[in-house]
Amino acid sequence: MTKEEIREEVLDILADIAPDEDLSNLDDSQSFREQMELDSMDFLDIVMELRKRHRVQVPEDDYVNLASMNSTVEYLEPLMKDIQKV
Amino acid sequence: MYDTLIIGAGMSGLAAGIRLAHFGQRVAILERHYTIGGLNSFYRLRGRNYDVGLHALTNITPKGAKRGPLARLLRQLRFSWDDFEISPQNGSQIVFPGAKLSFSNEFELMRSEVARQFPGQADAFDKMVSQIVDYDDLTDEHQQLSAREVVSSYITEPLLVEMLFCPLMFYGSAREHDMDWGQFCIMFRSIFLEGLGRPFAGVRLILKLLVKRFRSLGGELKLRSGVKRILTDDGHVCGVELEGGETIEARRVLSSAGWCETMRLCDDGDPVSSRASGQLSFCEAIATLDVPPSAFDYHQTITFFNDSPEFHWTKPTGEMCDVRSGVICSPDNFGYDRPLGEEGTMRVTVLADQDRWMALDDPDYRLAKHRWWDRIVESAVRFVPDFRARVIDTDMFTPGTIVRYTGHDNGAVYGAPDKQLDGTTHLDNLFVCGTDQGFVGIIGAIISGISMANMHCLRD
Ligand SMILES: Cc1cc2nc3c(=O)[nH]c(=O)nc-3n(C[C@H](O)[C@H](O)[C@H](O)COP(=O)(O)OP(=O)(O)OC[C@H]3O[C@@H](n4cnc5c(N)ncnc54)[C@H](O)[C@@H]3O)c2cc1C
Repeated sequence: MTKEEIREEVLDILADIAPDEDLSNLDDSQSFREQMELDSMDFLDIVMELRKRHRVQVPEDDYVNLASMNSTVEYLEPLMKDIQKV
Repeated sequence: MYDTLIIGAGMSGLAAGIRLAHFGQRVAILERHYTIGGLNSFYRLRGRNYDVGLHALTNITPKGAKRGPLARLLRQLRFSWDDFEISPQNGSQIVFPGAKLSFSNEFELMRSEVARQFPGQADAFDKMVSQIVDYDDLTDEHQQLSAREVVSSYITEPLLVEMLFCPLMFYGSAREHDMDWGQFCIMFRSIFLEGLGRPFAGVRLILKLLVKRFRSLGGELKLRSGVKRILTDDGHVCGVELEGGETIEARRVLSSAGWCETMRLCDDGDPVSSRASGQLSFCEAIATLDVPPSAFDYHQTITFFNDSPEFHWTKPTGEMCDVRSGVICSPDNFGYDRPLGEEGTMRVTVLADQDRWMALDDPDYRLAKHRWWDRIVESAVRFVPDFRARVIDTDMFTPGTIVRYTGHDNGAVYGAPDKQLDGTTHLDNLFVCGTDQGFVGIIGAIISGISMANMHCLRD
């Protein structure tokens, strides 16, 4: 997956977790926590969705990398570059 | 071999099941009853639909709100706010002799009511509320303090203290006389700071959504499948035996059957069950009216009443029910976009002594139901318009009903007074959720199922 595809995939996960949220205004450099008020349960969900959908394992120590869209894509890129987009 | 077996298809069991099935576990919910819902069930009698547990959903925050239990459970279960079709309450009241506090889903109303009727307490009330807002249910070290002590350290007018405790205890205290400060904060937020609402179609809508989702994710629901024993081997659960004799293997078990009830199911000789069962149970008189209550100009959603300055939250002594205090709920009085029906409903809930109710044989039980229906309603109409001339059908819910729907010891509505907040037991792969884990009410039970599933069943 390219960076852009990974971003789409993360957006899709966020839309799944928070169907009432308008994600079109999401600022990629700002933290999810502040913009969407995600809590620790929600972060765990992002991790588990990645595992479920793409078998990507994010160890607990790496959760800090999932703070914003930019940092998430940055972090996931090496882990997901060999995955084919479906 | 199942990844997880869940005991009980009440709100907490269904919510936990959705989480586990969503993440690909092989999971089954085992329910003793022939239907789902537990305490929050529904039934049909003489052509009319009745809800068992639902007066109102608590924790109602508006669509778009990102904080609070409702927003959290929608995200965790992947529902949209609109799926629950919630209409807000019209407004409710707490009525004591000589004082009345109104409240709605706008907290400002309650603040102004307190300031108007107890002007000397207004600042103290605000201070207490800011403490409650900041209370963190996961980290607070004051969780176990006596709520009566903490509240009285702010509010010095005893009548106001009693009036605040009355609704919160009715909607969520398993403990007599007092609550834990943590539980008080949770209940205060869920009822006064967030608010009350109801789906137009009642509790069946929520149950249908939950069970449909669970099944669509591949979860299995087994009704008429009471668990007779939890099979253990050397500190470890290996499966369960059903009442029919069948055994099912599992890697872990999550039980919503109650703490003492679950301990008794374990076949390792009940080593840790010296915990008291709950004592507080309810009777509810249900009246179907020929018109909605708005026809006689009654618009309150819920009226909490108490006929003396002091509120008594204890098991009734000497009588089968304690009619000095109660909760009057009118399912018609929510802000629906259309009338609920041509008829109306009034439900009056009071404390009941389960021992006396359970001791009756059949003819006496039926007689007692009639006698106490009259006494409960007679007590209630001191606080709301007398609706008795409009009654066209009646029903009565007793502690026996709770035993039947939940299997809780003593028909205890909110389970045992001591909760197991982390959900763990003496067995490393047996966990509890629901009422006896610590979150009560419908939204609370759902949150409990979600949290225990996340904490104990999704980590590997
Ligand atoms: C009159 C009344 C009014 C209420 N009003 C409200 C309200 O307005 N708002 C609100 O939020 N809450 C209300 N409640 C409280 C609410 O109903 C409960 O807190 C909530 O339903 C508890 O859900 P639960 O999943 O923890 O447990 P339960 O609903 O008790 O579910 C447990 C399930 O486990 C099953 N079970 C038990 N033992 C076994 C076994 N051995 N094998 C298999 N299955 C078993 C039971 O049959 C049951 O289905 C009310 C309660 C009452 C009595």
